[in-house]
Amino acid sequence: MADTVVVPYFRLAWAWCRALAQYPVSLTLLTLAQLGTTTVELAALFFVFGHVDALAGFTLHEALLIYGLTGTAFCLADLLMGSTERLGEHVRKGGFDVMLVRPVSPLVQLATDGFSPRRLGKLVPGLVALVVALGVLEISWTPGRMAMVPVLVVSGAVICCSLWVIGACMQFFIAEARELSNAITYGGYALSEYPLAIYGRDIVRAVTFVVPLAFVSWQPALYLLGRPDPLGMWPWLRYASPVVAVLLCAVAALTWRVGLRHYRSTGS
Amino acid sequence: MTEPIIETANLGRDFVRTEGPLLRRRRRTVSAVQDVGFTVAPGEIVGYLGPNGAGKSTTMKMLTGILAPSRGRVRVCGLEPSRQRTRLAARIGVVFGQRTTLWWDLPLRDSLALTRHLYRVPADLHAARLAELTELLELEPFLTTPVRQLSLGQRMRGDLTAALLHAPELLVLDEPTIGLDVVSKSAIREFLLRLNTERGTTILLTTHDLGDVERLCRRVLVIDHGRTAFDGDLAGLRATAPTPRTLVVDLVQPEAPIVVPGARTVRVEGPRQWLELSTNPAAVVSEVARAHRIADLTLREPDIEEVVARLYRAGREEPTALPRP
Repeated sequence: MADTVVVPYFRLAWAWCRALAQYPVSLTLLTLAQLGTTTVELAALFFVFGHVDALAGFTLHEALLIYGLTGTAFCLADLLMGSTERLGEHVRKGGFDVMLVRPVSPLVQLATDGFSPRRLGKLVPGLVALVVALGVLEISWTPGRMAMVPVLVVSGAVICCSLWVIGACMQFFIAEARELSNAITYGGYALSEYPLAIYGRDIVRAVTFVVPLAFVSWQPALYLLGRPDPLGMWPWLRYASPVVAVLLCAVAALTWRVGLRHYRSTGS
Repeated sequence: MTEPIIETANLGRDFVRTEGPLLRRRRRTVSAVQDVGFTVAPGEIVGYLGPNGAGKSTTMKMLTGILAPSRGRVRVCGLEPSRQRTRLAARIGVVFGQRTTLWWDLPLRDSLALTRHLYRVPADLHAARLAELTELLELEPFLTTPVRQLSLGQRMRGDLTAALLHAPELLVLDEPTIGLDVVSKSAIREFLLRLNTERGTTILLTTHDLGDVERLCRRVLVIDHGRTAFDGDLAGLRATAPTPRTLVVDLVQPEAPIVVPGARTVRVEGPRQWLELSTNPAAVVSEVARAHRIADLTLREPDIEEVVARLYRAGREEPTALPRP
Protein backbone atom coordinates (compact mmCIF):
# COMPACT_ATOMS: atom_id res chain seq x y z
CA MET A 1 0.00 0.00 0.00
CA ALA A 2 2.65 2.51 1.06
CA ASP A 3 4.87 1.46 -1.83
CA THR A 4 2.21 1.34 -4.50
CA VAL A 5 -0.05 4.21 -3.45
CA VAL A 6 1.37 6.66 -0.93
CA VAL A 7 4.92 7.00 -2.25
CA PRO A 8 3.91 7.35 -5.93
CA TYR A 9 1.19 9.81 -4.88
CA PHE A 10 3.67 12.12 -3.24
CA ARG A 11 6.26 11.68 -5.99
CA LEU A 12 3.73 12.62 -8.65
CA ALA A 13 2.19 15.45 -6.63
CA TRP A 14 5.65 16.84 -5.98
CA ALA A 15 6.50 16.67 -9.68
CA TRP A 16 3.37 18.67 -10.51
CA CYS A 17 4.20 21.23 -7.84
CA ARG A 18 7.62 21.66 -9.39
CA ALA A 19 6.13 21.98 -12.84
CA LEU A 20 3.74 24.65 -11.57
CA ALA A 21 6.57 26.44 -9.81
CA GLN A 22 7.75 27.34 -13.30
CA TYR A 23 4.99 29.93 -13.31
CA PRO A 24 5.32 31.43 -9.79
CA VAL A 25 3.18 34.52 -10.42
CA SER A 26 0.32 32.46 -11.80
CA LEU A 27 0.56 30.03 -8.90
CA THR A 28 0.49 32.81 -6.31
CA LEU A 29 -2.44 34.60 -7.91
CA LEU A 30 -4.48 31.41 -8.27
CA THR A 31 -3.82 30.46 -4.66
CA LEU A 32 -5.01 33.90 -3.56
CA ALA A 33 -8.06 33.63 -5.82
CA GLN A 34 -9.03 30.29 -4.29
CA LEU A 35 -8.48 31.73 -0.83
CA GLY A 36 -10.68 34.64 -1.86
CA THR A 37 -13.66 32.58 -3.06
CA THR A 38 -13.86 30.47 0.09
CA THR A 39 -13.36 33.53 2.29
CA VAL A 40 -16.36 35.12 0.60
CA GLU A 41 -18.44 32.06 1.52
CA LEU A 42 -17.31 32.43 5.13
CA ALA A 43 -18.15 36.13 5.00
CA ALA A 44 -21.65 35.21 3.77
CA LEU A 45 -22.17 33.17 6.92
CA PHE A 46 -21.28 36.19 9.07
CA PHE A 47 -23.55 38.33 6.92
CA VAL A 48 -26.50 36.01 7.57
CA PHE A 49 -25.83 36.10 11.30
CA GLY A 50 -25.75 39.90 11.13
CA HIS A 51 -29.51 39.69 10.58
CA VAL A 52 -30.51 36.77 12.80
CA ASP A 53 -29.24 35.47 16.11
CA ALA A 54 -29.73 31.82 15.29
CA LEU A 55 -30.31 29.58 12.25
CA ALA A 56 -32.69 26.71 13.04
CA GLY A 57 -31.61 27.08 16.65
CA PHE A 58 -27.87 27.18 15.92
CA THR A 59 -25.75 30.15 17.03
CA LEU A 60 -23.03 31.75 14.95
CA HIS A 61 -20.29 29.81 16.71
CA GLU A 62 -22.12 26.55 16.27
CA ALA A 63 -22.69 27.28 12.59
CA LEU A 64 -19.02 28.17 12.35
CA LEU A 65 -18.14 24.70 13.65
CA ILE A 66 -20.29 23.13 10.91
CA TYR A 67 -18.78 25.38 8.27
CA GLY A 68 -15.31 24.56 9.53
CA LEU A 69 -15.87 20.79 9.48
CA THR A 70 -17.36 20.95 5.98
CA GLY A 71 -14.73 23.31 4.62
CA THR A 72 -11.82 21.32 6.02
CA ALA A 73 -13.13 17.95 4.83
CA PHE A 74 -14.16 19.11 1.36
CA CYS A 75 -11.06 21.13 0.68
CA LEU A 76 -8.80 18.31 1.88
CA ALA A 77 -10.67 15.98 -0.50
CA ASP A 78 -10.43 18.57 -3.27
CA LEU A 79 -6.69 18.86 -2.69
CA LEU A 80 -6.14 15.10 -2.66
CA MET A 81 -8.76 13.80 -5.08
CA GLY A 82 -10.17 16.83 -6.90
CA SER A 83 -8.29 16.06 -10.12
CA THR A 84 -10.26 12.85 -10.58
CA GLU A 85 -13.15 14.89 -11.96
CA ARG A 86 -11.08 15.35 -15.13
CA LEU A 87 -11.30 11.64 -15.93
CA GLY A 88 -13.60 12.21 -18.90
CA GLU A 89 -11.08 14.57 -20.45
CA HIS A 90 -8.26 12.04 -20.04
CA VAL A 91 -10.42 9.32 -21.54
CA ARG A 92 -11.25 11.45 -24.58
CA LYS A 93 -7.69 12.57 -25.19
CA GLY A 94 -6.22 9.13 -24.60
CA GLY A 95 -4.19 10.18 -21.58
CA PHE A 96 -5.92 7.53 -19.53
CA ASP A 97 -4.40 4.81 -21.73
CA VAL A 98 -0.97 6.14 -20.81
CA MET A 99 -1.86 5.90 -17.11
CA LEU A 100 -2.97 2.31 -17.59
CA VAL A 101 0.37 1.15 -18.98
CA ARG A 102 2.36 2.40 -15.98
CA PRO A 103 2.88 0.10 -13.01
CA VAL A 104 1.16 2.48 -10.59
CA SER A 105 -2.55 2.59 -9.78
CA PRO A 106 -4.27 4.73 -12.43
CA LEU A 107 -6.38 6.26 -9.64
CA VAL A 108 -3.22 7.63 -8.01
CA GLN A 109 -2.05 9.00 -11.36
CA LEU A 110 -5.45 10.51 -12.06
CA ALA A 111 -5.70 12.11 -8.62
CA THR A 112 -2.26 13.67 -8.89
CA ASP A 113 -2.59 14.78 -12.49
CA GLY A 114 -2.45 18.56 -12.38
CA PHE A 115 -1.99 18.47 -8.59
CA SER A 116 -1.77 22.04 -7.48
CA PRO A 117 -0.77 23.50 -4.14
CA ARG A 118 -3.05 26.44 -4.96
CA ARG A 119 -5.90 24.34 -3.58
CA LEU A 120 -4.29 24.81 -0.18
CA GLY A 121 -5.64 28.35 -0.42
CA LYS A 122 -9.20 26.99 -0.26
CA LEU A 123 -8.39 25.06 2.86
CA VAL A 124 -7.43 28.09 4.94
CA PRO A 125 -10.86 29.62 5.78
CA GLY A 126 -12.38 26.24 6.69
CA LEU A 127 -9.48 25.31 8.91
CA VAL A 128 -9.47 28.74 10.60
CA ALA A 129 -13.24 28.53 11.17
CA LEU A 130 -12.87 25.04 12.67
CA VAL A 131 -10.08 26.03 15.04
CA VAL A 132 -11.85 29.24 16.11
CA ALA A 133 -15.17 27.44 16.65
CA LEU A 134 -13.57 24.68 18.71
CA GLY A 135 -11.87 27.38 20.79
CA VAL A 136 -14.83 29.61 21.52
CA LEU A 137 -17.60 27.01 21.88
CA GLU A 138 -18.10 25.71 25.36
CA ILE A 139 -17.80 22.07 24.50
CA SER A 140 -17.70 19.69 27.43
CA TRP A 141 -14.32 18.22 26.52
CA THR A 142 -13.62 14.66 27.52
CA PRO A 143 -10.56 12.72 26.34
CA GLY A 144 -12.90 10.78 24.03
CA ARG A 145 -14.31 13.93 22.41
CA MET A 146 -10.83 15.37 21.93
CA ALA A 147 -9.63 12.21 20.27
CA MET A 148 -12.71 12.18 18.07
CA VAL A 149 -12.00 15.60 16.48
CA PRO A 150 -9.24 14.38 14.15
CA VAL A 151 -11.13 11.13 13.54
CA LEU A 152 -14.22 13.10 12.47
CA VAL A 153 -12.22 15.42 10.22
CA VAL A 154 -10.50 12.45 8.56
CA SER A 155 -13.83 10.59 8.20
CA GLY A 156 -15.37 13.64 6.58
CA ALA A 157 -12.44 13.94 4.18
CA VAL A 158 -12.65 10.23 3.33
CA ILE A 159 -16.40 10.56 2.64
CA CYS A 160 -15.74 13.52 0.34
CA CYS A 161 -12.85 11.74 -1.43
CA SER A 162 -15.10 8.72 -2.00
CA LEU A 163 -17.87 10.92 -3.41
CA TRP A 164 -15.32 12.50 -5.74
CA VAL A 165 -14.16 9.12 -6.98
CA ILE A 166 -17.72 7.81 -7.42
CA GLY A 167 -18.57 10.99 -9.33
CA ALA A 168 -15.51 10.54 -11.54
CA CYS A 169 -16.46 6.91 -12.25
CA MET A 170 -19.74 8.04 -13.76
CA GLN A 171 -17.59 9.42 -16.57
CA PHE A 172 -16.63 5.87 -17.50
CA PHE A 173 -20.26 5.33 -18.44
CA ILE A 174 -21.46 8.77 -19.49
CA ALA A 175 -19.00 10.95 -21.38
CA GLU A 176 -20.21 14.32 -20.11
CA ALA A 177 -20.92 13.34 -16.52
CA ARG A 178 -18.60 15.95 -15.03
CA GLU A 179 -21.41 18.43 -14.33
CA LEU A 180 -23.44 15.69 -12.74
CA SER A 181 -20.64 14.74 -10.39
CA ASN A 182 -19.92 18.41 -9.67
CA ALA A 183 -23.54 18.75 -8.52
CA ILE A 184 -22.77 16.19 -5.82
CA THR A 185 -19.28 17.33 -4.90
CA TYR A 186 -19.44 21.11 -5.04
CA GLY A 187 -23.21 21.12 -4.57
CA GLY A 188 -22.84 18.95 -1.49
CA TYR A 189 -20.17 21.31 -0.21
CA ALA A 190 -22.49 24.33 -0.55
CA LEU A 191 -25.35 22.42 1.07
CA SER A 192 -23.48 21.15 4.11
CA GLU A 193 -21.86 24.49 4.96
CA TYR A 194 -25.00 25.33 6.95
CA PRO A 195 -26.83 23.47 9.73
CA LEU A 196 -28.88 20.89 7.84
CA ALA A 197 -31.92 21.58 10.04
CA ILE A 198 -32.71 24.60 7.85
CA TYR A 199 -33.44 22.38 4.85
CA GLY A 200 -36.28 20.22 6.13
CA ARG A 201 -36.71 16.54 6.75
CA ASP A 202 -36.72 15.08 3.21
CA ILE A 203 -33.51 16.72 2.13
CA VAL A 204 -31.80 15.69 5.35
CA ARG A 205 -32.99 12.11 4.83
CA ALA A 206 -31.56 12.19 1.31
CA VAL A 207 -28.17 13.47 2.45
CA THR A 208 -28.13 10.93 5.27
CA PHE A 209 -29.11 7.76 3.45
CA VAL A 210 -28.54 8.41 -0.26
CA VAL A 211 -25.53 10.72 -0.53
CA PRO A 212 -24.18 10.59 3.02
CA LEU A 213 -23.15 14.23 3.28
CA ALA A 214 -24.75 14.54 6.73
CA PHE A 215 -21.83 12.56 8.14
CA VAL A 216 -19.28 15.11 6.97
CA SER A 217 -20.26 17.93 9.33
CA TRP A 218 -23.87 17.75 10.55
CA GLN A 219 -23.82 14.58 12.64
CA PRO A 220 -20.24 15.17 13.88
CA ALA A 221 -21.25 18.69 14.98
CA LEU A 222 -24.27 17.33 16.86
CA TYR A 223 -21.90 14.91 18.58
CA LEU A 224 -19.33 17.54 19.54
CA LEU A 225 -22.00 19.97 20.72
CA GLY A 226 -23.87 17.24 22.57
CA ARG A 227 -27.16 18.45 21.12
CA PRO A 228 -30.21 16.33 20.35
CA ASP A 229 -31.05 16.05 16.65
CA PRO A 230 -33.62 18.80 15.94
CA LEU A 231 -35.11 16.58 13.23
CA GLY A 232 -35.48 13.68 15.62
CA MET A 233 -33.40 11.16 13.66
CA TRP A 234 -31.77 8.23 15.40
CA PRO A 235 -29.35 9.52 18.03
CA TRP A 236 -26.71 6.88 17.26
CA LEU A 237 -26.19 8.31 13.76
CA ARG A 238 -23.81 10.87 15.22
CA TYR A 239 -21.31 8.12 16.05
CA ALA A 240 -21.54 6.60 12.59
CA SER A 241 -19.25 8.92 10.58
CA PRO A 242 -16.13 6.68 10.72
CA VAL A 243 -18.20 3.62 9.75
CA VAL A 244 -19.90 5.52 6.92
CA ALA A 245 -16.47 6.66 5.74
CA VAL A 246 -15.16 3.08 5.60
CA LEU A 247 -18.30 1.82 3.84
CA LEU A 248 -18.37 4.62 1.29
CA CYS A 249 -14.68 4.10 0.64
CA ALA A 250 -15.43 0.46 -0.15
CA VAL A 251 -18.27 1.51 -2.47
CA ALA A 252 -15.93 3.95 -4.23
CA ALA A 253 -13.28 1.25 -4.66
CA LEU A 254 -15.87 -1.12 -6.11
CA THR A 255 -17.24 1.55 -8.46
CA TRP A 256 -13.73 2.26 -9.65
CA ARG A 257 -13.12 -1.42 -10.39
CA VAL A 258 -16.39 -1.77 -12.25
CA GLY A 259 -15.64 1.44 -14.16
CA LEU A 260 -12.20 0.17 -15.18
CA ARG A 261 -13.73 -3.08 -16.44
CA HIS A 262 -16.15 -1.06 -18.54
CA TYR A 263 -13.46 1.24 -19.88
CA ARG A 264 -13.57 1.30 -23.67
CA SER A 265 -10.67 3.60 -24.53
CA THR A 266 -10.87 5.88 -27.56
CA GLY A 267 -10.87 5.12 -31.27
CA SER A 268 -7.26 5.54 -32.27
CA MET B 1 11.42 -24.27 -27.95
CA THR B 2 11.37 -21.14 -25.84
CA GLU B 3 8.23 -19.82 -24.23
CA PRO B 4 6.50 -17.26 -26.50
CA ILE B 5 6.47 -13.70 -25.18
CA ILE B 6 3.09 -12.94 -26.77
CA GLU B 7 0.47 -15.59 -27.26
CA THR B 8 -3.05 -14.96 -28.52
CA ALA B 9 -5.74 -17.33 -29.73
CA ASN B 10 -9.24 -16.59 -30.99
CA LEU B 11 -8.88 -13.16 -29.48
CA GLY B 12 -11.85 -10.86 -29.96
CA ARG B 13 -13.27 -7.64 -28.64
CA ASP B 14 -16.75 -6.25 -29.17
CA PHE B 15 -18.05 -2.77 -28.55
CA VAL B 16 -21.66 -1.96 -27.92
CA ARG B 17 -22.78 1.12 -29.79
CA THR B 18 -26.04 2.90 -29.14
CA GLU B 19 -27.38 4.77 -32.10
CA GLY B 20 -30.50 6.45 -33.35
CA PRO B 21 -32.59 9.20 -31.81
CA LEU B 22 -32.90 9.41 -28.05
CA LEU B 23 -36.22 7.61 -27.63
CA ARG B 24 -35.61 4.88 -30.17
CA ARG B 25 -32.05 4.04 -29.31
CA ARG B 26 -30.81 0.76 -30.62
CA ARG B 27 -27.90 -1.18 -29.26
CA ARG B 28 -25.65 -2.72 -31.83
CA THR B 29 -22.65 -4.88 -31.17
CA VAL B 30 -19.65 -4.07 -33.30
CA SER B 31 -16.72 -6.42 -33.43
CA ALA B 32 -13.49 -4.42 -33.58
CA VAL B 33 -11.40 -7.56 -33.33
CA GLN B 34 -13.06 -10.81 -34.38
CA ASP B 35 -10.54 -13.57 -34.33
CA VAL B 36 -6.87 -12.85 -33.95
CA GLY B 37 -4.31 -15.51 -33.18
CA PHE B 38 -0.53 -15.30 -33.28
CA THR B 39 2.51 -15.92 -31.14
CA VAL B 40 5.68 -13.91 -30.91
CA ALA B 41 8.90 -15.50 -29.73
CA PRO B 42 11.41 -13.56 -27.61
CA GLY B 43 13.81 -11.52 -29.74
CA GLU B 44 11.53 -11.05 -32.74
CA ILE B 45 10.63 -7.75 -34.38
CA VAL B 46 7.10 -7.98 -35.68
CA GLY B 47 5.26 -5.38 -37.72
CA TYR B 48 1.53 -5.28 -37.14
CA LEU B 49 -0.11 -3.80 -40.21
CA GLY B 50 -3.59 -3.00 -41.31
CA PRO B 51 -5.68 -0.08 -42.50
CA ASN B 52 -7.33 2.34 -40.11
CA GLY B 53 -10.18 0.64 -38.30
CA ALA B 54 -8.92 -2.89 -38.93
CA GLY B 55 -8.46 -3.54 -35.23
CA LYS B 56 -4.74 -2.82 -34.78
CA SER B 57 -5.06 -0.43 -31.88
CA THR B 58 -7.70 -2.56 -30.19
CA THR B 59 -5.34 -5.56 -30.34
CA MET B 60 -2.51 -3.45 -28.95
CA LYS B 61 -4.76 -2.32 -26.11
CA MET B 62 -5.67 -5.90 -25.26
CA LEU B 63 -2.00 -6.88 -25.28
CA THR B 64 -1.08 -4.08 -22.89
CA GLY B 65 -4.07 -4.64 -20.60
CA ILE B 66 -5.83 -1.37 -21.38
CA LEU B 67 -8.87 -3.24 -22.69
CA ALA B 68 -10.25 -6.52 -21.47
CA PRO B 69 -10.91 -8.95 -24.35
CA SER B 70 -14.49 -10.08 -25.01
CA ARG B 71 -13.33 -13.59 -25.86
CA GLY B 72 -10.29 -15.65 -26.61
CA ARG B 73 -6.97 -16.01 -24.92
CA VAL B 74 -4.11 -13.58 -24.52
CA ARG B 75 -0.86 -13.99 -22.62
CA VAL B 76 1.98 -11.49 -22.58
CA CYS B 77 5.18 -12.34 -20.70
CA GLY B 78 3.20 -15.22 -19.24
CA LEU B 79 0.67 -12.86 -17.67
CA GLU B 80 -2.96 -12.15 -18.41
CA PRO B 81 -2.82 -8.46 -19.39
CA SER B 82 -6.17 -7.06 -18.24
CA ARG B 83 -6.13 -8.89 -14.91
CA GLN B 84 -2.43 -8.48 -14.15
CA ARG B 85 -2.02 -5.11 -15.82
CA THR B 86 0.16 -3.48 -13.19
CA ARG B 87 2.55 -6.42 -13.00
CA LEU B 88 2.74 -6.55 -16.78
CA ALA B 89 3.33 -2.80 -17.01
CA ALA B 90 6.58 -3.21 -15.08
CA ARG B 91 7.84 -5.72 -17.67
CA ILE B 92 6.89 -4.05 -20.95
CA GLY B 93 7.54 -0.66 -22.49
CA VAL B 94 4.81 1.10 -24.43
CA VAL B 95 5.16 4.10 -26.74
CA PHE B 96 2.20 5.79 -28.37
CA GLY B 97 3.40 7.85 -31.33
CA GLN B 98 0.46 10.20 -31.05
CA ARG B 99 0.70 11.05 -27.38
CA THR B 100 3.48 11.46 -24.90
CA THR B 101 3.97 9.68 -21.61
CA LEU B 102 6.22 12.48 -20.40
CA TRP B 103 5.16 15.37 -18.19
CA TRP B 104 4.56 18.40 -20.32
CA ASP B 105 6.01 21.08 -18.04
CA LEU B 106 8.91 19.14 -16.57
CA PRO B 107 12.39 19.13 -18.07
CA LEU B 108 13.06 15.82 -19.83
CA ARG B 109 15.57 14.77 -17.16
CA ASP B 110 12.98 15.26 -14.38
CA SER B 111 10.31 13.45 -16.37
CA LEU B 112 12.65 10.50 -16.72
CA ALA B 113 13.57 10.63 -13.03
CA LEU B 114 9.87 10.51 -12.16
CA THR B 115 9.45 7.51 -14.45
CA ARG B 116 12.22 5.83 -12.48
CA HIS B 117 10.19 6.19 -9.29
CA LEU B 118 7.01 4.90 -10.88
CA TYR B 119 8.84 1.82 -12.15
CA ARG B 120 10.93 1.59 -8.98
CA VAL B 121 14.24 1.26 -10.74
CA PRO B 122 17.23 1.44 -8.36
CA ALA B 123 19.09 4.75 -8.68
CA ASP B 124 22.42 3.30 -9.86
CA LEU B 125 20.77 1.15 -12.54
CA HIS B 126 18.75 4.15 -13.68
CA ALA B 127 21.85 6.30 -13.94
CA ALA B 128 23.69 3.67 -15.96
CA ARG B 129 20.80 3.08 -18.36
CA LEU B 130 20.09 6.77 -18.74
CA ALA B 131 23.74 7.41 -19.59
CA GLU B 132 23.62 4.65 -22.20
CA LEU B 133 20.36 5.83 -23.75
CA THR B 134 21.49 9.45 -23.66
CA GLU B 135 24.45 8.48 -25.79
CA LEU B 136 22.53 6.21 -28.19
CA LEU B 137 19.63 8.59 -28.73
CA GLU B 138 21.69 11.78 -28.39
CA LEU B 139 19.54 13.26 -25.66
CA GLU B 140 22.26 15.41 -24.12
CA PRO B 141 21.38 18.72 -25.86
CA PHE B 142 17.79 18.75 -24.61
CA LEU B 143 17.85 16.87 -21.31
CA THR B 144 17.13 20.05 -19.37
CA THR B 145 14.49 21.41 -21.78
CA PRO B 146 10.85 21.24 -20.67
CA VAL B 147 9.05 18.55 -22.66
CA ARG B 148 6.57 21.02 -24.15
CA GLN B 149 9.46 22.79 -25.93
CA LEU B 150 10.86 19.65 -27.56
CA SER B 151 10.47 18.98 -31.27
CA LEU B 152 8.46 15.93 -32.26
CA GLY B 153 11.61 13.94 -33.01
CA GLN B 154 13.22 14.88 -29.70
CA ARG B 155 10.04 14.08 -27.84
CA MET B 156 9.83 10.66 -29.47
CA ARG B 157 13.41 9.92 -28.41
CA GLY B 158 12.46 11.04 -24.90
CA ASP B 159 9.41 8.78 -24.93
CA LEU B 160 11.48 5.82 -26.10
CA THR B 161 13.94 6.46 -23.28
CA ALA B 162 11.09 6.60 -20.76
CA ALA B 163 9.76 3.29 -22.05
CA LEU B 164 13.17 1.60 -21.85
CA LEU B 165 14.62 2.76 -18.53
CA HIS B 166 13.16 -0.22 -16.71
CA ALA B 167 14.72 -2.58 -19.30
CA PRO B 168 11.48 -4.17 -20.54
CA GLU B 169 11.50 -7.56 -22.24
CA LEU B 170 8.93 -6.38 -24.76
CA LEU B 171 8.56 -3.00 -26.43
CA VAL B 172 5.16 -2.19 -27.90
CA LEU B 173 5.19 0.75 -30.30
CA ASP B 174 2.08 2.32 -31.78
CA GLU B 175 3.16 4.26 -34.87
CA PRO B 176 6.54 5.29 -33.48
CA THR B 177 7.65 7.28 -36.53
CA ILE B 178 4.42 9.10 -37.32
CA GLY B 179 5.03 12.71 -38.29
CA LEU B 180 8.82 12.47 -38.07
CA ASP B 181 11.28 13.71 -40.70
CA VAL B 182 13.55 11.33 -42.60
CA VAL B 183 16.57 11.85 -40.34
CA SER B 184 14.63 11.29 -37.11
CA LYS B 185 12.88 8.25 -38.58
CA SER B 186 16.13 6.64 -39.56
CA ALA B 187 17.74 7.43 -36.19
CA ILE B 188 14.87 5.73 -34.42
CA ARG B 189 14.91 2.70 -36.72
CA GLU B 190 18.64 2.17 -36.25
CA PHE B 191 18.22 2.51 -32.52
CA LEU B 192 15.43 -0.08 -32.43
CA LEU B 193 17.51 -2.52 -34.48
CA ARG B 194 20.41 -2.10 -32.10
CA LEU B 195 18.16 -2.57 -29.10
CA ASN B 196 16.87 -5.78 -30.63
CA THR B 197 20.24 -7.26 -31.57
CA GLU B 198 22.23 -6.15 -28.51
CA ARG B 199 19.69 -6.53 -25.74
CA GLY B 200 17.36 -9.02 -27.38
CA THR B 201 14.33 -6.85 -26.69
CA THR B 202 11.26 -8.12 -28.50
CA ILE B 203 9.54 -5.41 -30.50
CA LEU B 204 5.97 -5.28 -31.76
CA LEU B 205 5.08 -2.20 -33.75
CA THR B 206 2.17 -0.87 -35.73
CA THR B 207 3.00 1.45 -38.57
CA HIS B 208 1.82 2.84 -41.85
CA ASP B 209 5.39 3.50 -42.90
CA LEU B 210 6.88 1.14 -45.47
CA GLY B 211 10.37 2.20 -44.46
CA ASP B 212 9.78 1.02 -40.89
CA VAL B 213 8.61 -2.37 -42.09
CA GLU B 214 11.40 -2.90 -44.60
CA ARG B 215 14.18 -1.82 -42.29
CA LEU B 216 12.93 -3.44 -39.10
CA CYS B 217 10.48 -6.26 -39.53
CA ARG B 218 11.58 -9.74 -40.49
CA ARG B 219 8.00 -10.75 -39.87
CA VAL B 220 4.74 -8.96 -40.59
CA LEU B 221 1.24 -9.62 -39.36
CA VAL B 222 -1.62 -8.16 -41.32
CA ILE B 223 -4.99 -7.71 -39.71
CA ASP B 224 -8.10 -7.08 -41.75
CA HIS B 225 -11.66 -6.73 -40.52
CA GLY B 226 -10.59 -7.97 -37.13
CA ARG B 227 -8.95 -11.18 -38.41
CA THR B 228 -5.35 -12.15 -39.05
CA ALA B 229 -5.06 -11.94 -42.83
CA PHE B 230 -1.36 -12.70 -43.18
CA ASP B 231 1.48 -13.88 -40.99
CA GLY B 232 4.91 -14.26 -42.53
CA ASP B 233 7.86 -12.33 -43.97
CA LEU B 234 7.70 -9.31 -46.24
CA ALA B 235 8.64 -11.25 -49.40
CA GLY B 236 5.88 -13.72 -48.61
CA LEU B 237 3.42 -10.87 -48.25
CA ARG B 238 4.42 -9.51 -51.65
CA ALA B 239 4.05 -12.98 -53.17
CA THR B 240 0.58 -13.46 -51.67
CA ALA B 241 -0.72 -10.37 -53.30
CA PRO B 242 1.42 -9.74 -56.36
CA THR B 243 1.44 -6.04 -57.00
CA PRO B 244 2.87 -4.68 -60.25
CA ARG B 245 5.73 -2.24 -60.28
CA THR B 246 5.12 1.11 -61.89
CA LEU B 247 7.30 2.81 -64.47
CA VAL B 248 7.01 6.58 -64.37
CA VAL B 249 8.00 8.07 -67.75
CA ASP B 250 8.72 11.76 -68.25
CA LEU B 251 8.45 12.53 -71.94
CA VAL B 252 9.96 15.58 -73.54
CA GLN B 253 6.52 16.81 -74.50
CA PRO B 254 2.92 15.69 -73.76
CA GLU B 255 1.83 12.78 -75.93
CA ALA B 256 -1.07 10.37 -76.26
CA PRO B 257 -0.98 7.40 -73.82
CA ILE B 258 1.95 5.11 -74.67
CA VAL B 259 1.07 1.69 -76.02
CA VAL B 260 3.75 -0.97 -75.45
CA PRO B 261 3.55 -4.72 -74.90
CA GLY B 262 4.03 -5.78 -71.28
CA ALA B 263 2.69 -2.57 -69.77
CA ARG B 264 -0.52 -0.65 -69.40
CA THR B 265 -0.73 3.13 -69.15
CA VAL B 266 -2.78 3.87 -66.06
CA ARG B 267 -2.40 7.62 -65.74
CA VAL B 268 -1.34 10.59 -67.88
CA GLU B 269 -0.53 14.04 -66.53
CA GLY B 270 1.03 16.42 -69.05
CA PRO B 271 4.32 14.93 -70.22
CA ARG B 272 4.35 12.39 -67.36
CA GLN B 273 2.81 8.94 -67.77
CA TRP B 274 2.43 6.01 -65.35
CA LEU B 275 2.83 2.51 -66.75
CA GLU B 276 1.81 -0.55 -64.78
CA LEU B 277 4.30 -3.31 -65.63
CA SER B 278 3.37 -6.90 -66.18
CA THR B 279 6.78 -8.08 -67.44
CA ASN B 280 10.48 -7.32 -67.09
CA PRO B 281 10.97 -3.54 -66.91
CA ALA B 282 14.09 -3.62 -69.15
CA ALA B 283 12.10 -4.77 -72.18
CA VAL B 284 9.44 -2.14 -71.61
CA VAL B 285 12.00 0.61 -71.12
CA SER B 286 13.82 -0.16 -74.37
CA GLU B 287 10.49 -0.41 -76.19
CA VAL B 288 9.34 2.97 -74.86
CA ALA B 289 12.73 4.57 -75.59
CA ARG B 290 12.57 3.38 -79.21
CA ALA B 291 9.21 5.04 -79.92
CA HIS B 292 9.32 8.14 -77.72
CA ARG B 293 11.71 10.89 -76.64
CA ILE B 294 12.24 10.41 -72.91
CA ALA B 295 13.42 13.08 -70.47
CA ASP B 296 13.46 10.90 -67.35
CA LEU B 297 12.49 7.46 -66.04
CA THR B 298 11.74 6.10 -62.56
CA LEU B 299 10.82 2.61 -61.49
CA ARG B 300 8.58 2.47 -58.45
CA GLU B 301 8.32 -0.56 -56.18
CA PRO B 302 4.81 -1.08 -54.89
CA ASP B 303 4.62 0.25 -51.36
CA ILE B 304 3.41 -1.88 -48.55
CA GLU B 305 0.10 -0.08 -48.29
CA GLU B 306 -0.75 -1.10 -51.84
CA VAL B 307 0.27 -4.69 -51.22
CA VAL B 308 -1.82 -4.76 -48.08
CA ALA B 309 -4.77 -3.11 -49.82
CA ARG B 310 -4.60 -5.78 -52.53
CA LEU B 311 -4.49 -8.49 -49.94
CA TYR B 312 -7.70 -7.11 -48.43
CA ARG B 313 -9.45 -6.94 -51.74
CA ALA B 314 -8.38 -10.48 -52.50
CA GLY B 315 -9.62 -11.65 -49.13
CA ARG B 316 -12.97 -10.03 -49.67
CA GLU B 317 -13.53 -11.25 -53.19
CA GLU B 318 -12.50 -14.81 -52.55
CA PRO B 319 -15.82 -16.22 -51.33
CA THR B 320 -17.77 -14.75 -54.23
CA ALA B 321 -15.18 -15.28 -56.98
CA LEU B 322 -16.50 -17.18 -59.98
CA PRO B 323 -14.70 -20.35 -61.05
CA ARG B 324 -12.42 -19.77 -64.01
CA PRO B 325 -13.79 -21.09 -67.30
